[in-house]
Amino acid sequence: MTPRQKRFAFVGVGLLVLGVATALVLNAFQSNLVFFFTPTQVANGEVPKGRSFRIGGMVEEGSLQREADGLTVRFVVTDTAKRVPVVYKGILPDLFKEGKGAVAQGRLDADGTFVASEVLAKHDENYMPPEAAEALAKAKAAGAQSSNTLIVQPQ
Amino acid sequence: MNWSKYSAPLAFYPLAGKMIPWFSIVAALAIAVGLYIGLLVAPTDFQQGEAYRIIFVHVPAAWMSMFLYVVMAVWAAVGLGLNARLSFMMTQAIAPTGAMFTFLALLTGAMWGKPTWGAWWVWDARLTSELILLFQYAGVMLLRTSIDDQRRADRASGVCALVGVVNIPIIYFSVQWWNTLHQGASVSMTAAPKMATIMLTGMLLMTFGFWMYSLAVILSRVRCVILERESLQVWSKPAAAAEVAEVR
Repeated sequence: MTPRQKRFAFVGVGLLVLGVATALVLNAFQSNLVFFFTPTQVANGEVPKGRSFRIGGMVEEGSLQREADGLTVRFVVTDTAKRVPVVYKGILPDLFKEGKGAVAQGRLDADGTFVASEVLAKHDENYMPPEAAEALAKAKAAGAQSSNTLIVQPQ
Repeated sequence: MNWSKYSAPLAFYPLAGKMIPWFSIVAALAIAVGLYIGLLVAPTDFQQGEAYRIIFVHVPAAWMSMFLYVVMAVWAAVGLGLNARLSFMMTQAIAPTGAMFTFLALLTGAMWGKPTWGAWWVWDARLTSELILLFQYAGVMLLRTSIDDQRRADRASGVCALVGVVNIPIIYFSVQWWNTLHQGASVSMTAAPKMATIMLTGMLLMTFGFWMYSLAVILSRVRCVILERESLQVWSKPAAAAEVAEVR
């Protein structure tokens, strides 16, 4: 090998070793790198006990309730498999909606309710004009109806 | 045509000078049209309203911050392998522009996060790794200026730039590998874009504009670097004199 090839080989091997080392480190820190835990992880007891952590998921449709003081809200965060009831006193972000993603920081109390000190809205990566979103929702509703009738008919 | 002759700073200096005006014009046009489409033509978003329009600066800036780092690292690798002066000059010229785009991505991200998520900043994997990228650019630049011997400064900051390249896949895939507050990618190589065509057009035009802007600025800076470093060479004296006269 010429000295030039040697230098390039050195750079290549160095990067390879570095890449493998990084992969191993990231793998080891896997659980510390998540921003939030899912309701399933909460149900399985994989969450830190006795200290604050974040949960994330969908705000269940129809679960949002406001209490008489006008500031305390209750809702359910779900990942479609498990559900976690959340109580939060404060102002919700504008994009917080039922059926949309949210991340809440706080701790679990004795009866399994998550007492949140901060609630963030998590939006998805889809961008479209409102008319397109409406058309999509309509098509989806129509699709759901027709498939229902198909299932019902044979009975 | 023999392109390898342009690896000599002496030959590259006038070539870069000839290319700069073209890249500048194309950049200005693309950014003007991109902003027009983004701010005036593109429709409102169905859930984020007008706040989403920051995407037309945020995403192109974030892409450029990662792309420029990779380009800088490639020049560093070429420089380390070939011992070529111009390669290290390119690494030196790219770093400030890359840092600028990283800062712009973080700043516009904060401005976007407040109205949508409800927080300026969160320590999720995407945001944290992008912040680390800003520190990496700073590290590459600082390491170069802290070493007096030019060759050693080149090699040290080149190795620093190369080592940091592992962060680029981490930034890009952070939203897939871990739970993050940051949303996933709307545009990727493997799937259809998850945004309306006119929005995508504006964003891609802005990206192209930022890319051309980077080329123009980096070539201007590399010319300064050539003049500065080759000031002992005979050829640069008239060029430097002409440059000074031009500025005055």
